[in-house]
Amino acid sequence: MADLETFRTETRAWLEANCPQSQRTPSEEFEDICWGGTKWRFVNEEQRTWLEVMAERGWTAPDWPAEYGGGGLDREHTKVLRQEMARIGARQPLFSMGLSMIGPALLKYGTEAQKQQHIPNIIAGKIWWCQGYSEPNFGSDLAGLQTRCEDKGDHYLVNGQKVWTSYANMADWMFCLVRTDPDAVKHAGISLVLFDVNQPGVTIKPIRLISGKSPFCETFLDDVIVEKGQLVGEINKGWELASYLLTHEREMIGSMGQGNTHEKSLPEHAIEQVGLSNGILADSKLRTDIACWEIDNMAYQFTAERIGDEAKSGQGVGAASSMLKYAGTELNKRRHELNLGIQGTQALVWEGEAYKDGLVASQWLRTKGNSIEGGTSEIQLNIISKRILGLGASK
Amino acid sequence: MALVLNEEQGMLKESAKGFLQENAPVGALRTLRDERDEEGFSRDLWRQMAAMGWAGILIDEAHGGLAFGHVGMGQVMEENGRTLTASPLLSTAILGVSAISIAGSADQKSELLPVIAEGKLLMTLAVDGGSRHNPLNVGVTATASGSGFSLSGEKQFVIDGHVADKIIVSARTSGSEGDSDGITLFVVDADAQGVEIDRIIMADSINSSMVRFVDVAVGADSVLGEPGKGAAVLQQVLDIGNAHLSAELVGLSLEVLERTVAYMNERKQYGVLIGSYQGLQHRAAHLFSEIELAKSVVIKVLQALDEGDDDVSMLASLAKAKVSEVATLATNEGVQLHGGIGMTDELEIGFFMKRARVAEQLLGDQRFHISRFAALNGY
Ligand SMILES: Cc1cc2nc3c(=O)[nH]c(=O)nc-3n(C[C@H](O)[C@H](O)[C@H](O)COP(=O)(O)OP(=O)(O)OC[C@H]3O[C@@H](n4cnc5c(N)ncnc54)[C@H](O)[C@@H]3O)c2cc1C
Repeated sequence: MADLETFRTETRAWLEANCPQSQRTPSEEFEDICWGGTKWRFVNEEQRTWLEVMAERGWTAPDWPAEYGGGGLDREHTKVLRQEMARIGARQPLFSMGLSMIGPALLKYGTEAQKQQHIPNIIAGKIWWCQGYSEPNFGSDLAGLQTRCEDKGDHYLVNGQKVWTSYANMADWMFCLVRTDPDAVKHAGISLVLFDVNQPGVTIKPIRLISGKSPFCETFLDDVIVEKGQLVGEINKGWELASYLLTHEREMIGSMGQGNTHEKSLPEHAIEQVGLSNGILADSKLRTDIACWEIDNMAYQFTAERIGDEAKSGQGVGAASSMLKYAGTELNKRRHELNLGIQGTQALVWEGEAYKDGLVASQWLRTKGNSIEGGTSEIQLNIISKRILGLGASK
Repeated sequence: MALVLNEEQGMLKESAKGFLQENAPVGALRTLRDERDEEGFSRDLWRQMAAMGWAGILIDEAHGGLAFGHVGMGQVMEENGRTLTASPLLSTAILGVSAISIAGSADQKSELLPVIAEGKLLMTLAVDGGSRHNPLNVGVTATASGSGFSLSGEKQFVIDGHVADKIIVSARTSGSEGDSDGITLFVVDADAQGVEIDRIIMADSINSSMVRFVDVAVGADSVLGEPGKGAAVLQQVLDIGNAHLSAELVGLSLEVLERTVAYMNERKQYGVLIGSYQGLQHRAAHLFSEIELAKSVVIKVLQALDEGDDDVSMLASLAKAKVSEVATLATNEGVQLHGGIGMTDELEIGFFMKRARVAEQLLGDQRFHISRFAALNGY
């Protein structure tokens, strides 16, 4: 690998030459960041190009092994790439549950055939993956899930219902937790399977959210066929994978509020709306609230960095992802509440082009789900209490 | 730079932990308090600390120090926060050393630093003219007199003032209170004619004092740095002080969390451990999460100090603001979750609460640093 400074120089030049201008502006709408998959409609040609040139270098998944099309970069080089992208405000070329969840799980637990089949498609953004975990009666208590998966000799047959399946309507494939041993105790009879959602037996009904959008769905599974080769890891050992995946999901959700570095910051918004008086923000309560948020936000960023560095050097505690998820999502909710306060009533407009059809309000409402999806804040606190602090262990 | 300790820093932390827990646990502070010790710290302990090189952690090798840097010193301070050890580490080895290292002339450095490193000279920094920290509210004026100056006025809450051999004092040589121009730093002998020092017993039982200057005559050679330009030096020294106070407060918060969690796993009510109640678990878990944030801001500012980064002031205020908030939370929760016994002087948890508040106020509390953080960021 090139030394860091050479790599930085080369990367900077390459990004300068290859990142289209429209991909260097802050993303606002959902569609501004590409999620890939067969149903994706690129907002413009530049979005397509940006995905293609980055995927070709494996830089949609910079730290994945090069043999499956990943960037093959180590942590330090990946950091440099991220920094250089942030420097010019480059958007992520691809965002997906393939990259943040099922990909890492396949790299760790998948068979060679599974890796060959799925990893290159994830890197190239060809397949949109959705996550089938939650069920109507099993949310926080996920391990109680009831969707049945039976061995039919040359294939499996899946029956049951999933809910809150984000973007199932846009997806190509699902990674799905199913019960393969109905007699085993809770965690012991679960497996992780992969299947194409565009097959008979899969019925998807979008659900409307308080934000007005419909990004998640009810998913009904009736006699869905799963090929034998699409069970990941060992049968009935799916809980371990599910937990591994949840760790990745939590880190991803926790860091979601970090946003685009070229986005206007809260202080900038506030200066615009409220103005300065003697060089400081005219509304002193707002000034304090913003500063406290900025302080916590930087503290959070340093913590994500530190925990990553500790993991790399073999220090640190497990279950750190719960702490990051809890702190990061609560922080993001606070950011959006604060933003309402800064913008005033206009932030609550719901329709009208001048107000981007309620974008601010819709984004604010969407953040409320951050502390629910991927395991609620309360569940993260339970995990910290039990696994890190060892509280309530009976003696 | 990776936000982790390197091997030597990790070893220093371990040895500091071992030494302080064995030789100066919270019980030692209690004894100093109960026996109304004249000096409020143990000279013998300080000799041992100096023998291990701690007095010179921030002093360069040419002047007899270890040149171990701020990350290293921060580890000792963090461990110090767990044991509440009374010593001149902050007044002398951090504030005094930093002021001289930053602004001292070659003569001042070679006269003072090696003796400090040997543990034979105690120093302090006298900053505040009032009860609320404000480095521009100087409280002492210096007027030209003969070839030197004459100092008059009062400094409040000067740590270790009554044991210090020399006091670094900020005084106004021109302008009026609130101006950053016109502040000059002086190194004054504590036993100089006209220096009056009253020890103040604080809630945390750690040394503080009021220092009055009544027409104290000092020579021109006692000026530290450039006359009138002391505010900038002071700023740097205060940033360093706040970074290390933050390190201390992180150690203190961690200790309180650990002791509280241990108690929750030992105390039973209604036939079960109180640690099995979710209402309490979540409070402890939230505190854990906050302390994780606090740890990160501290290592960040300590590294930035060692690297000489441009944003040190912003990071120092960030650290002090965040850590103060967290230490307040930790100590309040610590007392509450212990119940009645948490209110007793016998349990050590109260010592942590008292130290936390004093350390938070010292060199600027959470509010001061939130405001400074905002100002440094242009709003
Ligand atoms: C925007 C969004 C997107 C989502 N996307 C997906 C997806 O793509 N795929 C998928 O499978 N799922 C998805 N989910 C579902 C999500 O994982 C669940 O909603 C979540 O795990 C909570 O489960 P629940 O909704 O059944 O709530 P419940 O578990 O019923 O919780 C209700 C309340 O009780 C609290 N609670 C429950 N148990 C405990 C306990 N033991 N201790 C303390 N408090 C407790 C919870 O914290 C919560 O406040 C998504 C959810 C949202 C909001």
